[in-house]
Amino acid sequence: MSIAVEDVRRVAGEVPDPEIPVLTIAELGILRDVRVDESGGIDIDITPTYSGCPALDVIREDVQRRVAASAAGDVRVHVVLSPPWSSDALSEDARRKLREHGVAPPRPRAGLRMALPVAVACPVCGSARTEEVAHFAGTACQGLRRCSSCSEPFQHFKEH
Amino acid sequence: MLRLADDCFVLSHRLAEWSSRAPTLEEDVALTNIALDLLGQARRLYEHAARLDGTGRSEDEYVFMRDERDFVNCLLVEQENGDFATTIVRELLFSTYQLGLCGALRESADATLAAVAAKAHTEVTYHVSHARQWTVRLGDGTAESHIRTQTALDALWPYTHELFESDDVTPSLVADGVAAAPAALMPEWSASIGTVLAEATLERPETTWAPSGGRRGLHTERFGYMLAEMQHLHRAHPGARW
Repeated sequence: MSIAVEDVRRVAGEVPDPEIPVLTIAELGILRDVRVDESGGIDIDITPTYSGCPALDVIREDVQRRVAASAAGDVRVHVVLSPPWSSDALSEDARRKLREHGVAPPRPRAGLRMALPVAVACPVCGSARTEEVAHFAGTACQGLRRCSSCSEPFQHFKEH
Repeated sequence: MLRLADDCFVLSHRLAEWSSRAPTLEEDVALTNIALDLLGQARRLYEHAARLDGTGRSEDEYVFMRDERDFVNCLLVEQENGDFATTIVRELLFSTYQLGLCGALRESADATLAAVAAKAHTEVTYHVSHARQWTVRLGDGTAESHIRTQTALDALWPYTHELFESDDVTPSLVADGVAAAPAALMPEWSASIGTVLAEATLERPETTWAPSGGRRGLHTERFGYMLAEMQHLHRAHPGARW
């Protein structure tokens, strides 16, 4: 008996991101389409956050292993690029979890085009008085900032 | 396709040479992150090239098993890192070009190329802004940093002419809507660079010397050394993996 699409989506979607393990690939918007064909073969599309994201290979293996363990059919994981991933794909839940993890979530990209762009709030004290320290931090998708109110340095998940 | 892939790959390797050697930790991370973006773009392009040329070659085969004359990257990206100013100026000149190119290729008739370009466009936007910030800081900085940045600019400028050259394959690709006409990217590039140079108090070099040949596999001397160092392990132990 072949596995239902929703079950595959749930199992695959629960794979944590290797670099930001508080988030799953479903919450990050990395998991795209899931298809199950008549013979039970499973095709799963994932998309990279950044072209060179080194986590993608690990995610691909994790998805492959977890889904293969819960379903009988062949599992094929594909990398798709279009439409390109955007930080707007992050769910509200994901943004809350990031804040709790001490990472400032990305601002909605529409907010950046306004005359007075939305400020990056400090994930510790909530102050909007923060400044960029470095464009790039430990991972490609994050930058380094510092809060001018509470002095806390923190990572910011960049808008992309 | 191979030209685009080789451009990204060679510059990625040059930037990766900065790993653990950059002036500050933040810059070490920034340069290697940019290298990583470029490597990711190169990998997608090599994959696509392998499908198009029908050889099904792996990324490793493109990178480790080709000789110097088979690489078709532009001469600008293979230039040595030099001091930090040289690396920043090279990044400014190339990423500004790459931004215009990716912008145009988003409309390519080749759907895969269009997808890679659209993805790369947001990444390259960051590279450009990184390079611009540093160019202004260095150019409009101390007397020493100004001289070094101007010297780097003078040395690298001649290699920018090649970016906007066409050859016998370009016109048909442009006509098919696959590629972007190189010369058409020139005005915007020139205006954008001009703005940064003015802010950075740097002089636009006046030179007519325009070395070329990268697209035909004719490279500058240092490129061979880079390849030798990069390829020797794979060549000594074919198929080596870790």
